[in-house]
Amino acid sequence: MTGGHMHGGGAPPPPGERASSGRLLVTLGGAGAVAGGLIVLVFAATSPAIEAHRAERLDNAIREVLRGPDRYDTLYVTGTQVSVDANPDAERVYLGRDASGRPTGFAIVSGAPGFADVIEVIFGYDPTTETLLGMKVLESKETPGLGDRIEKDTAWVGQFVGVVSPLEPVKAGRGTGKPTEVDLITGATISSRTVVRIINDALARLGPALDPNGGTPP
Amino acid sequence: MRTTTPRQDLMRGVWRENPVLVQALGLCPALAVTNTVANSLAMGLATFFVLLGSSVLISSFRRWVPGEVRISTYILVIATFVSVADMTLAAVVPDIHKALGAFIALIVVNCMILGRQEAFASKNTVARAALDAIGTGTGFLIALTMMGAFREILGAGTFLGVSLFGPGFEPWVIMILPPGGFLTLGVILLLLAAVEQRRVRRRAMKQDPTPLRRAA
Repeated sequence: MTGGHMHGGGAPPPPGERASSGRLLVTLGGAGAVAGGLIVLVFAATSPAIEAHRAERLDNAIREVLRGPDRYDTLYVTGTQVSVDANPDAERVYLGRDASGRPTGFAIVSGAPGFADVIEVIFGYDPTTETLLGMKVLESKETPGLGDRIEKDTAWVGQFVGVVSPLEPVKAGRGTGKPTEVDLITGATISSRTVVRIINDALARLGPALDPNGGTPP
Repeated sequence: MRTTTPRQDLMRGVWRENPVLVQALGLCPALAVTNTVANSLAMGLATFFVLLGSSVLISSFRRWVPGEVRISTYILVIATFVSVADMTLAAVVPDIHKALGAFIALIVVNCMILGRQEAFASKNTVARAALDAIGTGTGFLIALTMMGAFREILGAGTFLGVSLFGPGFEPWVIMILPPGGFLTLGVILLLLAAVEQRRVRRRAMKQDPTPLRRAA
Protein backbone atom coordinates (compact mmCIF):
# COMPACT_ATOMS: atom_id res chain seq x y z
CA MET A 1 0.00 0.00 0.00
CA THR A 2 1.86 3.01 -1.22
CA GLY A 3 -1.23 5.03 -2.02
CA GLY A 4 -0.43 5.05 -5.73
CA HIS A 5 -3.92 6.25 -6.57
CA MET A 6 -3.27 9.44 -4.62
CA HIS A 7 -0.66 10.87 -6.95
CA GLY A 8 -1.36 14.53 -7.55
CA GLY A 9 -0.42 14.41 -11.23
CA GLY A 10 2.82 15.29 -12.95
CA ALA A 11 5.83 13.00 -13.09
CA PRO A 12 5.88 10.07 -10.66
CA PRO A 13 8.29 10.55 -7.77
CA PRO A 14 11.66 8.87 -8.11
CA PRO A 15 11.75 5.33 -6.68
CA GLY A 16 12.80 5.02 -3.07
CA GLU A 17 11.48 8.49 -2.21
CA ARG A 18 7.83 7.54 -1.90
CA ALA A 19 6.11 8.89 1.15
CA SER A 20 4.14 6.37 3.18
CA SER A 21 0.34 6.41 3.03
CA GLY A 22 0.33 7.42 6.68
CA ARG A 23 2.45 10.46 6.00
CA LEU A 24 0.24 11.53 3.11
CA LEU A 25 -2.82 11.21 5.33
CA VAL A 26 -1.21 13.16 8.16
CA THR A 27 -0.13 15.94 5.78
CA LEU A 28 -3.51 16.35 4.15
CA GLY A 29 -5.41 15.84 7.40
CA GLY A 30 -3.25 18.37 9.23
CA ALA A 31 -3.54 20.94 6.47
CA GLY A 32 -7.31 20.40 6.37
CA ALA A 33 -7.65 20.81 10.12
CA VAL A 34 -5.61 24.04 10.16
CA ALA A 35 -7.51 25.41 7.16
CA GLY A 36 -10.86 24.52 8.67
CA GLY A 37 -9.96 26.07 12.00
CA LEU A 38 -8.82 29.29 10.35
CA ILE A 39 -11.95 29.59 8.23
CA VAL A 40 -14.21 29.04 11.25
CA LEU A 41 -12.31 31.71 13.21
CA VAL A 42 -12.60 34.28 10.42
CA PHE A 43 -16.26 33.38 9.88
CA ALA A 44 -17.01 33.97 13.56
CA ALA A 45 -15.13 37.26 13.47
CA THR A 46 -16.77 38.64 10.31
CA SER A 47 -20.33 37.27 10.37
CA PRO A 48 -21.74 39.89 12.80
CA ALA A 49 -20.52 42.68 10.50
CA ILE A 50 -21.80 40.90 7.37
CA GLU A 51 -25.18 40.32 9.00
CA ALA A 52 -25.30 43.96 10.15
CA HIS A 53 -24.57 45.20 6.60
CA ARG A 54 -27.37 43.05 5.22
CA ALA A 55 -29.84 44.28 7.84
CA GLU A 56 -28.75 47.88 7.29
CA ARG A 57 -29.20 47.60 3.52
CA LEU A 58 -32.72 46.21 4.00
CA ASP A 59 -33.56 48.87 6.60
CA ASN A 60 -32.38 51.68 4.31
CA ALA A 61 -34.34 50.21 1.40
CA ILE A 62 -37.54 49.88 3.48
CA ARG A 63 -37.28 53.51 4.58
CA GLU A 64 -36.55 54.63 1.04
CA VAL A 65 -39.50 52.90 -0.64
CA LEU A 66 -41.87 53.94 2.16
CA ARG A 67 -40.60 57.51 1.68
CA GLY A 68 -39.23 58.03 5.16
CA PRO A 69 -41.82 56.62 7.58
CA ASP A 70 -41.61 57.57 11.24
CA ARG A 71 -41.24 53.87 12.03
CA TYR A 72 -42.28 50.54 10.56
CA ASP A 73 -43.55 47.18 11.84
CA THR A 74 -42.62 43.79 10.46
CA LEU A 75 -45.70 41.70 9.62
CA TYR A 76 -45.89 38.04 8.68
CA VAL A 77 -48.25 36.95 5.92
CA THR A 78 -49.46 33.38 5.40
CA GLY A 79 -52.18 33.15 2.77
CA THR A 80 -54.55 35.95 3.70
CA GLN A 81 -53.56 35.89 7.37
CA VAL A 82 -51.42 38.75 8.64
CA SER A 83 -49.76 38.41 12.01
CA VAL A 84 -47.25 40.35 14.07
CA ASP A 85 -45.84 37.11 15.52
CA ALA A 86 -42.51 36.10 14.08
CA ASN A 87 -42.92 33.09 11.81
CA PRO A 88 -39.99 31.88 9.72
CA ASP A 89 -42.28 30.24 7.14
CA ALA A 90 -44.38 33.32 6.47
CA GLU A 91 -43.63 36.05 3.96
CA ARG A 92 -42.51 39.29 5.58
CA VAL A 93 -43.93 42.68 4.74
CA TYR A 94 -43.09 45.97 6.44
CA LEU A 95 -45.85 48.39 7.42
CA GLY A 96 -44.75 52.01 7.61
CA ARG A 97 -46.41 54.41 10.03
CA ASP A 98 -46.30 58.18 10.30
CA ALA A 99 -45.63 60.11 13.52
CA SER A 100 -49.22 59.65 14.73
CA GLY A 101 -49.04 55.90 14.13
CA ARG A 102 -51.27 55.93 11.03
CA PRO A 103 -50.24 53.34 8.41
CA THR A 104 -48.66 54.90 5.32
CA GLY A 105 -48.05 51.80 3.21
CA PHE A 106 -46.41 48.42 2.96
CA ALA A 107 -42.88 47.64 1.83
CA ILE A 108 -42.76 44.29 0.02
CA VAL A 109 -39.68 42.28 -0.99
CA SER A 110 -40.03 39.92 -3.92
CA GLY A 111 -37.93 38.40 -6.69
CA ALA A 112 -37.94 36.46 -9.96
CA PRO A 113 -35.35 35.32 -12.49
CA GLY A 114 -34.32 38.16 -14.79
CA PHE A 115 -31.88 38.11 -17.70
CA ALA A 116 -29.03 36.91 -15.47
CA ASP A 117 -29.83 35.32 -12.13
CA VAL A 118 -32.62 36.39 -9.78
CA ILE A 119 -33.66 40.03 -9.54
CA GLU A 120 -34.85 40.97 -6.06
CA VAL A 121 -36.73 44.20 -5.60
CA ILE A 122 -38.42 46.00 -2.74
CA PHE A 123 -41.32 48.35 -3.36
CA GLY A 124 -43.62 50.49 -1.30
CA TYR A 125 -47.39 50.11 -1.82
CA ASP A 126 -50.32 52.08 -0.50
CA PRO A 127 -53.41 49.81 -0.52
CA THR A 128 -55.94 52.64 0.03
CA THR A 129 -55.05 54.30 -3.29
CA GLU A 130 -53.54 51.15 -4.89
CA THR A 131 -50.49 53.17 -5.89
CA LEU A 132 -46.80 52.43 -5.56
CA LEU A 133 -44.68 54.61 -3.30
CA GLY A 134 -41.35 53.67 -4.84
CA MET A 135 -39.16 50.79 -6.01
CA LYS A 136 -35.56 49.79 -5.37
CA VAL A 137 -33.57 46.84 -6.70
CA LEU A 138 -32.02 44.92 -3.81
CA GLU A 139 -30.16 42.24 -5.72
CA SER A 140 -29.39 41.80 -9.41
CA LYS A 141 -26.61 40.59 -11.69
CA GLU A 142 -28.07 42.15 -14.83
CA THR A 143 -25.73 43.16 -17.67
CA PRO A 144 -23.63 46.19 -16.75
CA GLY A 145 -24.56 49.19 -18.89
CA LEU A 146 -27.82 47.66 -20.15
CA GLY A 147 -29.82 45.54 -17.70
CA ASP A 148 -28.39 47.25 -14.65
CA ARG A 149 -30.26 50.41 -15.67
CA ILE A 150 -33.17 48.90 -13.73
CA GLU A 151 -31.28 50.02 -10.62
CA LYS A 152 -29.02 52.81 -11.90
CA ASP A 153 -31.35 54.77 -14.21
CA THR A 154 -32.93 57.22 -11.78
CA ALA A 155 -35.53 58.40 -14.31
CA TRP A 156 -36.72 54.83 -14.79
CA VAL A 157 -36.76 54.04 -11.08
CA GLY A 158 -38.61 57.31 -10.49
CA GLN A 159 -41.53 56.12 -12.67
CA PHE A 160 -42.58 53.75 -9.91
CA VAL A 161 -43.48 56.60 -7.58
CA GLY A 162 -47.24 57.10 -7.85
CA VAL A 163 -47.93 54.49 -10.54
CA VAL A 164 -51.25 52.68 -10.08
CA SER A 165 -51.49 48.89 -9.66
CA PRO A 166 -51.71 46.62 -11.62
CA LEU A 167 -48.82 47.95 -13.68
CA GLU A 168 -48.86 47.82 -17.48
CA PRO A 169 -45.47 47.58 -19.17
CA VAL A 170 -45.31 49.62 -22.41
CA LYS A 171 -42.51 50.22 -24.90
CA ALA A 172 -40.62 53.42 -24.17
CA GLY A 173 -42.41 56.35 -25.80
CA ARG A 174 -45.50 54.30 -26.78
CA GLY A 175 -47.44 55.07 -23.61
CA THR A 176 -50.87 56.71 -23.74
CA GLY A 177 -50.49 58.50 -20.42
CA LYS A 178 -52.51 56.04 -18.33
CA PRO A 179 -51.54 56.10 -14.61
CA THR A 180 -50.83 52.35 -14.69
CA GLU A 181 -48.20 52.51 -17.44
CA VAL A 182 -44.51 51.85 -16.88
CA ASP A 183 -42.10 52.51 -19.77
CA LEU A 184 -39.75 49.60 -20.47
CA ILE A 185 -36.05 50.26 -21.10
CA THR A 186 -34.81 49.91 -24.67
CA GLY A 187 -31.95 47.41 -24.56
CA ALA A 188 -33.10 46.03 -21.23
CA THR A 189 -36.58 44.83 -22.13
CA ILE A 190 -36.30 41.53 -20.26
CA SER A 191 -34.85 43.08 -17.11
CA SER A 192 -37.34 45.95 -16.95
CA ARG A 193 -40.31 43.72 -17.81
CA THR A 194 -39.21 41.35 -15.03
CA VAL A 195 -39.30 44.16 -12.45
CA VAL A 196 -42.86 45.04 -13.49
CA ARG A 197 -43.86 41.37 -13.36
CA ILE A 198 -42.31 40.89 -9.91
CA ILE A 199 -44.39 43.78 -8.55
CA ASN A 200 -47.63 42.63 -10.22
CA ASP A 201 -47.13 39.04 -9.03
CA ALA A 202 -46.33 40.12 -5.48
CA LEU A 203 -49.42 42.31 -5.32
CA ALA A 204 -51.61 39.57 -6.79
CA ARG A 205 -50.25 37.21 -4.14
CA LEU A 206 -50.24 39.53 -1.13
CA GLY A 207 -52.85 42.12 -2.11
CA PRO A 208 -55.85 40.30 -0.57
CA ALA A 209 -54.04 40.09 2.78
CA LEU A 210 -53.00 43.74 2.92
CA ASP A 211 -55.68 45.63 4.81
CA PRO A 212 -55.82 49.31 3.84
CA ASN A 213 -55.95 50.14 7.54
CA GLY A 214 -52.78 48.23 8.24
CA GLY A 215 -54.34 45.16 9.83
CA THR A 216 -55.06 44.72 13.47
CA PRO A 217 -52.66 46.77 15.56
CA PRO A 218 -50.75 44.75 18.12
CA MET B 1 21.80 27.21 -6.60
CA ARG B 2 20.67 30.83 -6.47
CA THR B 3 20.50 32.13 -10.00
CA THR B 4 18.61 35.37 -9.46
CA THR B 5 19.11 38.35 -7.18
CA PRO B 6 16.37 39.40 -4.70
CA ARG B 7 15.77 42.41 -6.91
CA GLN B 8 15.12 40.14 -9.87
CA ASP B 9 12.82 37.94 -7.78
CA LEU B 10 10.79 41.00 -6.93
CA MET B 11 10.78 42.85 -10.25
CA ARG B 12 10.40 39.91 -12.60
CA GLY B 13 6.63 39.55 -12.12
CA VAL B 14 5.91 43.27 -12.14
CA TRP B 15 6.67 43.88 -15.77
CA ARG B 16 9.00 41.63 -17.77
CA GLU B 17 7.06 38.48 -16.80
CA ASN B 18 3.80 40.21 -15.96
CA PRO B 19 1.25 37.43 -15.28
CA VAL B 20 -1.54 38.92 -17.39
CA LEU B 21 0.24 40.97 -20.04
CA VAL B 22 3.13 38.61 -20.75
CA GLN B 23 2.27 35.15 -19.43
CA ALA B 24 -1.46 35.48 -20.17
CA LEU B 25 -2.39 33.87 -16.84
CA GLY B 26 -5.37 34.78 -14.67
CA LEU B 27 -7.30 36.09 -17.66
CA CYS B 28 -10.72 35.14 -16.30
CA PRO B 29 -10.78 37.85 -13.59
CA ALA B 30 -8.76 40.19 -15.82
CA LEU B 31 -11.56 40.09 -18.40
CA ALA B 32 -14.54 39.72 -16.11
CA VAL B 33 -14.24 42.28 -13.32
CA THR B 34 -12.19 45.08 -14.88
CA ASN B 35 -15.25 47.11 -15.93
CA THR B 36 -14.47 49.72 -13.26
CA VAL B 37 -11.27 50.89 -11.58
CA ALA B 38 -12.68 50.19 -8.11
CA ASN B 39 -13.50 46.58 -8.99
CA SER B 40 -10.07 46.10 -10.59
CA LEU B 41 -8.29 47.44 -7.52
CA ALA B 42 -10.33 45.25 -5.16
CA MET B 43 -9.76 42.16 -7.28
CA GLY B 44 -6.05 42.95 -7.62
CA LEU B 45 -5.61 43.49 -3.89
CA ALA B 46 -7.59 40.37 -2.93
CA THR B 47 -5.49 38.28 -5.32
CA PHE B 48 -2.30 39.91 -4.03
CA PHE B 49 -3.25 38.93 -0.47
CA VAL B 50 -4.06 35.33 -1.43
CA LEU B 51 -0.87 34.96 -3.48
CA LEU B 52 1.40 36.40 -0.78
CA GLY B 53 -0.20 34.39 2.02
CA SER B 54 -0.12 31.14 0.06
CA SER B 55 3.46 31.59 -1.14
CA VAL B 56 4.80 32.31 2.34
CA LEU B 57 2.93 29.40 3.91
CA ILE B 58 3.74 26.89 1.19
CA SER B 59 7.37 27.91 1.11
CA SER B 60 7.57 27.54 4.93
CA PHE B 61 6.22 23.99 4.82
CA ARG B 62 7.87 22.94 1.55
CA ARG B 63 10.12 20.35 3.24
CA TRP B 64 7.24 18.52 4.89
CA VAL B 65 4.74 18.28 2.05
CA PRO B 66 5.23 15.04 0.10
CA GLY B 67 5.13 15.43 -3.68
CA GLU B 68 2.17 13.07 -3.98
CA VAL B 69 -0.19 15.41 -2.13
CA ARG B 70 1.40 18.75 -2.98
CA ILE B 71 -1.28 19.91 -5.45
CA SER B 72 -4.11 19.08 -3.00
CA THR B 73 -2.23 20.84 -0.21
CA TYR B 74 -1.60 23.96 -2.34
CA ILE B 75 -5.25 24.18 -3.37
CA LEU B 76 -6.31 23.75 0.27
CA VAL B 77 -4.01 26.58 1.37
CA ILE B 78 -5.11 28.85 -1.50
CA ALA B 79 -8.80 28.12 -0.89
CA THR B 80 -8.39 28.98 2.78
CA PHE B 81 -6.86 32.37 2.00
CA VAL B 82 -9.61 33.01 -0.56
CA SER B 83 -12.31 32.25 2.02
CA VAL B 84 -10.62 34.63 4.46
CA ALA B 85 -10.42 37.36 1.78
CA ASP B 86 -14.03 36.74 0.75
CA MET B 87 -15.44 37.09 4.26
CA THR B 88 -13.19 40.05 5.09
CA LEU B 89 -14.28 41.97 1.97
CA ALA B 90 -17.94 41.19 2.74
CA ALA B 91 -17.51 42.55 6.25
CA VAL B 92 -15.39 45.62 5.42
CA VAL B 93 -16.41 46.78 1.91
CA PRO B 94 -19.82 45.17 1.24
CA ASP B 95 -20.53 47.21 -1.91
CA ILE B 96 -17.36 46.11 -3.65
CA HIS B 97 -17.90 42.55 -2.46
CA LYS B 98 -21.35 42.66 -4.04
CA ALA B 99 -19.95 44.04 -7.31
CA LEU B 100 -17.28 41.33 -7.58
CA GLY B 101 -19.80 38.59 -6.86
CA ALA B 102 -18.65 35.07 -7.63
CA PHE B 103 -15.25 36.18 -8.92
CA ILE B 104 -13.75 36.40 -5.44
CA ALA B 105 -14.43 32.72 -4.81
CA LEU B 106 -12.95 31.99 -8.25
CA ILE B 107 -9.54 33.31 -7.14
CA VAL B 108 -9.08 29.71 -5.94
CA VAL B 109 -8.74 28.57 -9.54
CA ASN B 110 -6.60 31.48 -10.72
CA CYS B 111 -3.79 29.52 -12.38
CA MET B 112 -1.36 32.38 -11.76
CA ILE B 113 -1.48 31.60 -8.01
CA LEU B 114 -1.14 27.83 -8.29
CA GLY B 115 1.54 28.40 -10.93
CA ARG B 116 3.72 30.46 -8.57
CA GLN B 117 3.39 27.80 -5.85
CA GLU B 118 4.37 24.95 -8.15
CA ALA B 119 7.07 26.86 -10.04
CA PHE B 120 8.61 28.95 -7.27
CA ALA B 121 7.35 28.95 -3.68
CA SER B 122 7.64 25.16 -3.26
CA LYS B 123 11.31 25.27 -4.30
CA ASN B 124 12.66 28.45 -2.69
CA THR B 125 13.19 30.11 0.69
CA VAL B 126 10.39 31.99 2.39
CA ALA B 127 12.01 35.37 1.74
CA ARG B 128 12.44 34.71 -1.97
CA ALA B 129 8.92 33.27 -2.24
CA ALA B 130 7.55 36.41 -0.57
CA LEU B 131 9.47 38.70 -2.96
CA ASP B 132 8.25 36.68 -5.93
CA ALA B 133 4.64 36.83 -4.69
CA ILE B 134 4.84 40.59 -4.06
CA GLY B 135 6.23 41.17 -7.55
CA THR B 136 3.74 38.91 -9.30
CA GLY B 137 0.82 40.25 -7.25
CA THR B 138 1.84 43.82 -8.08
CA GLY B 139 2.10 42.95 -11.77
CA PHE B 140 -1.41 41.49 -11.65
CA LEU B 141 -2.71 44.57 -9.84
CA ILE B 142 -1.08 46.90 -12.40
CA ALA B 143 -2.48 44.96 -15.35
CA LEU B 144 -6.01 44.90 -13.90
CA THR B 145 -5.93 48.57 -12.99
CA MET B 146 -4.74 49.52 -16.50
CA MET B 147 -7.62 47.56 -18.00
CA GLY B 148 -10.09 48.96 -15.48
CA ALA B 149 -9.06 52.56 -16.18
CA PHE B 150 -9.22 52.08 -19.96
CA ARG B 151 -12.65 50.45 -19.78
CA GLU B 152 -14.22 52.75 -17.19
CA ILE B 153 -13.02 55.95 -18.89
CA LEU B 154 -14.28 54.92 -22.33
CA GLY B 155 -17.29 52.84 -21.27
CA ALA B 156 -18.74 55.04 -18.55
CA GLY B 157 -16.86 58.35 -18.91
CA THR B 158 -15.78 58.17 -15.28
CA PHE B 159 -12.66 57.37 -13.27
CA LEU B 160 -13.26 55.80 -9.85
CA GLY B 161 -16.86 56.97 -10.24
CA VAL B 162 -15.93 60.63 -10.85
CA SER B 163 -17.36 61.98 -14.11
CA LEU B 164 -14.60 63.12 -16.47
CA PHE B 165 -16.28 64.52 -19.54
CA GLY B 166 -19.51 66.04 -18.27
CA PRO B 167 -23.04 65.22 -19.41
CA GLY B 168 -22.27 65.67 -23.14
CA PHE B 169 -20.23 62.45 -23.24
CA GLU B 170 -21.94 59.44 -24.82
CA PRO B 171 -20.39 56.43 -23.05
CA TRP B 172 -18.99 53.70 -25.22
CA VAL B 173 -21.04 51.08 -23.39
CA ILE B 174 -19.45 48.06 -25.09
CA MET B 175 -16.23 48.75 -23.18
CA ILE B 176 -17.81 47.86 -19.82
CA LEU B 177 -19.61 44.86 -21.32
CA PRO B 178 -17.81 41.50 -21.65
CA PRO B 179 -16.60 42.15 -25.24
CA GLY B 180 -14.91 45.32 -23.98
CA GLY B 181 -12.65 43.16 -21.82
CA PHE B 182 -11.36 41.31 -24.87
CA LEU B 183 -11.01 44.51 -26.91
CA THR B 184 -9.11 46.20 -24.08
CA LEU B 185 -6.75 43.29 -23.49
CA GLY B 186 -6.11 43.06 -27.23
CA VAL B 187 -5.33 46.77 -27.56
CA ILE B 188 -3.02 46.76 -24.52
CA LEU B 189 -1.15 43.64 -25.71
CA LEU B 190 -0.81 45.21 -29.17
CA LEU B 191 0.65 48.44 -27.76
CA LEU B 192 3.07 46.54 -25.51
CA ALA B 193 4.18 44.34 -28.40
CA ALA B 194 4.78 47.43 -30.56
CA VAL B 195 6.87 49.06 -27.82
CA GLU B 196 8.84 45.88 -27.27
CA GLN B 197 9.50 45.44 -30.99
CA ARG B 198 10.77 48.99 -31.31
CA ARG B 199 13.03 48.49 -28.29
CA VAL B 200 14.53 45.31 -29.72
CA ARG B 201 15.11 46.97 -33.08
CA ARG B 202 16.81 49.97 -31.45
CA ARG B 203 19.07 47.77 -29.42
CA ALA B 204 20.05 45.80 -32.50
CA MET B 205 20.82 49.02 -34.35
CA LYS B 206 22.98 50.26 -31.50
CA GLN B 207 25.04 47.10 -31.36
CA ASP B 208 25.42 46.85 -35.05
CA PRO B 209 24.42 49.93 -37.00
CA THR B 210 25.09 48.40 -40.40
CA PRO B 211 23.40 45.02 -40.34
CA LEU B 212 22.54 45.07 -44.01
CA ARG B 213 26.03 45.75 -45.29
CA ARG B 214 27.52 43.06 -43.07
CA ALA B 215 25.00 40.50 -44.15
CA ALA B 216 25.83 41.21 -47.76
